[in-house]
Amino acid sequence: METLLNNPWVVIPLRVLIVIGFILTMVPGLVWIERRLLALMQIRKGPNRVGPAGLLQPVADGIKLFFKEDVIPERVDRFIYFLAPAGFLIPVLCAPAVIPWGPDDRLTPIADVNIGILFLLAMTSLTVYGIVLAGWSSNNKYSLLGGLRASAQTISYELAMGLSIVSVVLLTGSLSMRDMVLNQQGSLGMLNWHVFRFFPLGLIATGIFLVAMLAETNRAPFDLPEAESELIAGYHTEYSSMKFAMFFMGEYASMITISAVMVTLFFGGWLPPLPFAPFTWIPGPLWFLIKLGVFIYFFIWVRATLPRLRYDMLMKLGWLRLLPTALVNLFLIAIILWWQQ
Amino acid sequence: MFGQILFGIMALVIVVTSIGVVAVRNPVRSALNLVANFFALAVLYLLLYAQFVAAVQVIVYAGAIMVLFLFTIMLLNLGAPAELAERFEWKRPITWGLALLFVIVLAGGVFARLGEAQPAPEDIGTVQMVGKYLFTDWVYPFELTSVLLLIAIVGAIVMAKRRL
Repeated sequence: METLLNNPWVVIPLRVLIVIGFILTMVPGLVWIERRLLALMQIRKGPNRVGPAGLLQPVADGIKLFFKEDVIPERVDRFIYFLAPAGFLIPVLCAPAVIPWGPDDRLTPIADVNIGILFLLAMTSLTVYGIVLAGWSSNNKYSLLGGLRASAQTISYELAMGLSIVSVVLLTGSLSMRDMVLNQQGSLGMLNWHVFRFFPLGLIATGIFLVAMLAETNRAPFDLPEAESELIAGYHTEYSSMKFAMFFMGEYASMITISAVMVTLFFGGWLPPLPFAPFTWIPGPLWFLIKLGVFIYFFIWVRATLPRLRYDMLMKLGWLRLLPTALVNLFLIAIILWWQQ
Repeated sequence: MFGQILFGIMALVIVVTSIGVVAVRNPVRSALNLVANFFALAVLYLLLYAQFVAAVQVIVYAGAIMVLFLFTIMLLNLGAPAELAERFEWKRPITWGLALLFVIVLAGGVFARLGEAQPAPEDIGTVQMVGKYLFTDWVYPFELTSVLLLIAIVGAIVMAKRRL
């Protein structure tokens, strides 16, 4: 076992397999959880016919999507139309390569590179191409509007998100995500996490990241790129069968990835909330999963609770509220760090 | 060995996409060629141990600037433009001549100093090293660039909001 774990030809494919495998198997489960939870919150039953408690519903949906007719509209830009779903899904699946999900540095992350979080930002900023190109190549005005909205929204909220990430980089003094987790280790347990650092500055940075991550993944209340009351289904209106499924999978996978980033940056990654007996018995990866689950629940909860924003409100929130707050917050954190030196 | 193969592939991608940017009719495809070009260039930076520059190349050029380019192209809904009338017959040979001259100068510069090239130290492109040089030896050019960018931003706002 030990020799196997030290062999790069075994351990590197294993790392990739664990992360990609986890995300791809989580997606159908996530769809089921989301539909059941939404039903619970709206006092409905939700999917409950296929299998026990509707558990096989995602399987049935998957089979349906796979065997559905793949309709390609006339006069689409065929090459780009085919390229777009892959251009969305590939960066989404590449992004979690730098996220450490446990203390064992042989198994995780896939690559602990010097530029860690920058790689993640680079990958998430590439996902917008898939959406924009899908919107443009479909040759449909609703799709185009959805794609344009997506690109404007992603770029606007990336700034606030980037600034709240910079505050974590300042606190850690490193871009490596493993160092960020280790920086939150301490005798105080959760009080050492970045959320509670320099109260309330860490909390503000966390709040900004929380809003920005909803906007970055195009989830409610920021789901304007696919606002069904105005744009039919937005950028993926003209996609059917497995091409639509790729967008769908990509959206849920990016939800998992960005929740994992949230956990790693602000909530101590795999660290237990209190550094003594019953809490330390639970292994690190399990803590990571529990925290991940909390944020996934948050995504669904917000979707069931908040109505969709109007477009001008979305832009105003991003540029006039979040960005200045993030700037001032970053400035204050820098001053405190300078003071402490 | 692996690095050399990767370099060969990426150099080929860069040449092909560079030609694509100017040769392709459709403006969206032209922009996409440029994105692929930037991406291949980022891989070349990685081969030179310049991790930070590679990440910034993808974030800033591929992730932000080209998205705005695409945004503008789509918003204006530019189709393939009709062949622009060539008013100056003599422009084309001069262009070719200048391009050839540039290639000769570039190749001359590269081949003349080929033997002197030293492999870069492995930590040259890390964030720590880039930051150190940027804020010690090169701090004045760095700050001047930031002022230049600020001027450009103010200029853009003045142009856009003239009636404000």
